Amino acid sequence: MVAFTINGEARTLDVDPEMPLLWAIRDGIGLTGTKFGCGLAQCGACTVHVNGMPTRSCQTAVGDIEGASITTIEGVSGKIGETVQAVWAEFDVPQCGYCQSGQIMSAVALLTETPKPTDDDIDSAMSGNLCRCATYHRIRAAIHETANRLET
Amino acid sequence: MLQFLPKHNSVRPTRRQFLLGTAVTTAGLAVGYRLMMAAPANAQTTPATVQANPFQTYVEITPENRIVIHSSQFEMGQGSYFGIATLVMEELDGDWAQVHVVGGYGNTALYGNLAWGGAAQGTGGSTSMSSSWERYRKAGAAARAMLVAAAAQRWDVPAGEITVASGVVSHASGMQARFGDLAEAAAGMPVPDDVPLKPRDKWAQIGSDSLKRYDSAGKTNGAQTYTIDLKMDGLNTAVMIHPPKFGAEIESFDASKAKALDGIVDVVQTPRGIAVVGRDMWTALKGRDLVEVTWNEEKAERRGTAEIMAEYTKAADDPGAATARDDGNTPAALASAEKVIQGHYEFPYLVHASIEPLNAAARINEDGTIDVWGGHQMPDLYQAAAAQVGGTTPDKVRLHVMKTGGSFGRRAVSDADLIIEAVSTARALGPGKPVKVQWTRENDMRGGRYRPAYVHAVKAGLDKEGNVVALHDHIVGQSIAGGSPFAAMIENGIDPTSVEGATNLPYAIPNLKIELTTTDVNIPVLWWRSVGSTHTAYAMETLIDELAAAANRDPVDFRLSMLGHHPRHAGVLKLAAEKAGWDKPLPEGRFRGVALHESLSTYVAEVVEITFNDGNDFKVDRVVCAVDCGTAINPDQIRAQMEGGIGFGLGAILQEELTLTGGVVDQENYDTYTPLRIEQMPRVEVHIVPSDEPPTGVGEPGVPPIGPAVANALRAATSKTIRKLPIIFAKCSQGSSLSGREKRPVL
Repeated sequence: MVAFTINGEARTLDVDPEMPLLWAIRDGIGLTGTKFGCGLAQCGACTVHVNGMPTRSCQTAVGDIEGASITTIEGVSGKIGETVQAVWAEFDVPQCGYCQSGQIMSAVALLTETPKPTDDDIDSAMSGNLCRCATYHRIRAAIHETANRLET
Repeated sequence: MLQFLPKHNSVRPTRRQFLLGTAVTTAGLAVGYRLMMAAPANAQTTPATVQANPFQTYVEITPENRIVIHSSQFEMGQGSYFGIATLVMEELDGDWAQVHVVGGYGNTALYGNLAWGGAAQGTGGSTSMSSSWERYRKAGAAARAMLVAAAAQRWDVPAGEITVASGVVSHASGMQARFGDLAEAAAGMPVPDDVPLKPRDKWAQIGSDSLKRYDSAGKTNGAQTYTIDLKMDGLNTAVMIHPPKFGAEIESFDASKAKALDGIVDVVQTPRGIAVVGRDMWTALKGRDLVEVTWNEEKAERRGTAEIMAEYTKAADDPGAATARDDGNTPAALASAEKVIQGHYEFPYLVHASIEPLNAAARINEDGTIDVWGGHQMPDLYQAAAAQVGGTTPDKVRLHVMKTGGSFGRRAVSDADLIIEAVSTARALGPGKPVKVQWTRENDMRGGRYRPAYVHAVKAGLDKEGNVVALHDHIVGQSIAGGSPFAAMIENGIDPTSVEGATNLPYAIPNLKIELTTTDVNIPVLWWRSVGSTHTAYAMETLIDELAAAANRDPVDFRLSMLGHHPRHAGVLKLAAEKAGWDKPLPEGRFRGVALHESLSTYVAEVVEITFNDGNDFKVDRVVCAVDCGTAINPDQIRAQMEGGIGFGLGAILQEELTLTGGVVDQENYDTYTPLRIEQMPRVEVHIVPSDEPPTGVGEPGVPPIGPAVANALRAATSKTIRKLPIIFAKCSQGSSLSGREKRPVL
């Protein structure tokens, strides 16, 4: 039994503690916004927040998150998160959209930590999130725009 | 437990039976592909058929007022659903908030790709807009006319007095109805055969720069679902074990340990490998690791890419097996040329590597019907394949066309790989037991269907005045169509997908010879975003640039001087050069390169700026792209596809390659097969040539010019042409994600 909080809700799961958090979220809890891409922490599609830190859920054993607070794409809230989502849609950032949950989780974490990121800040915070459609140009623009809006 | 062992099971179709079973469909596809290659922009010349009742085919309007558009074209991120919805909405005057698009299937007459002569339903060759341009505007216009007719009848007023705006039908008397209120009556109205379409100057949706994709919000909050996200009662997940080498077969396997694991439902053999079925993904993965398989590798491909490329290079120096274009007398002209440039280009195998690993789900129903969920990029083919492997007829197969996390060509595969795996696994499990086959990244990377590797042996000559007098290219590599149901598209030994982009070279060169030698290698290959142009554009455009340098001419002027009969090529080249400030000097350490290429009837020129520090380090800073795709339907999506195509193509030429050693694929995941990352993405500016020509596609044509443009910038910096791809450089800021890769210096 593993007990944790996910998107503000307390949950316990009776699963193999070695099960990656990714599969616990998707198959155990049924939240499918968090995506599987590589299983090796190489693509970032599975990024969630564990106690506010952006974390690759495919390389995090569910047994290790006892008592932690998890936020997935479905639980994004607050001014930063909602602005990121709104700007993302307004700029038509997504193409296929598959990696975008992870992109947004990384972007929210970046803007929480660094309200006015430079291109270099963006590159280093977002480097772990692959986008095979290569929407990077718009991701960068959307992060800057979000920062501008949050400033005012 | 039900086992599904092909050796003793007469219902399992062999590969040969499967091919025969779908011969009708695929012959149509092959014919269609030839038509597309011949006249892709002329889809509208296809004989018009009687207008189908739009409400039963293309534009369903529900009593709840939703506009459900049934798309013939597949959505894999490139925006085809949005494009088609734009065409419908332009004529329908509906409310965008009500728009929903789903994939249609099962009726070639309605959904056949008109750029392929309507021969089959499918998405490829960047044809979605050219195929849909008239079909979906006509559907929208007919639907609007029928809604108006229904309102006129209900209100007993002349149809001419009725107006439609944002999904509301109104009369000056004050009467109003929503589409949903009129839908049932409208569907019963006579179908108008020749509804006039709005003239260009009345367009409000087509060409609108402020119109946004209707489907973006769901891709920012986790709401958009893909095949991997399917939920249904009793759904299990299967993980595949594939042969370790292409062509290897299962000798025997022992699944007893896997089956003893709690949560493993079954382990079954499919025509393509072993499916380990579990109650969830993690359980299936654990079960997979417990299955012991003995492989028979007698028929397997056991060569590595080093041997294969050495064979290709040798073959490239021999005469070609077939000639695809032969103008003038190229050998004689080369013999008498003042200056000759020659060399071998090497292009590696490339993986589509979409972030959603391939998948499909299937359920056999008690009534004998089959449901199949997946990325149905070739619906006619997949319906036939599912029927074949499911032991029924195509009309008993329901397809659920899911959005996919990318494709780049990989979801349009003639052997219907995932469909075969899912349906055969579902059949083994029995009726009422749905199963989702979910590949891992490793399955995906090692699963074949790559952009083929090629070698080009090129030779080109200049006369005393610096004019190109002759160009010879001998292309060596596998055929995408060969050995597949698409083989009918091969004519006189030429698979058009191997030579496109070279055979249609636009430059006025009096002696031009393109030869092809198709190789026999048992590594499955496939179309990869922009197909033949992925390598031909690189070879041709770097060669032309090198010729310009040898002639001491400006690369842009040099090209323009050979484009007298190709105004659209010249148009994008001039526009890109102008917007990039081609004539303006650059700061120390910065260099420009240009490339121009038409693919799939869309013309693209790209100018890149690089910072070049020393022999080991460069960065692509800026790309200026000009595109002529005829009428611009969704300008911002054209920009998005150019941006994405540039990033996709840049990753490939910088650092993507798939290699094999002893027949085994060396790369398994994104740590060693390395698409572009954000820190490597240049600034991109896209300029669209205003045009009244019919629309052509944008999904693919942004890709081909970026490679040669970067290589030409590097040649400007170093005087050397990179002929072996990828460019993996030793310590480049753009190579920061290449940890674990063997690197070679750029020069």
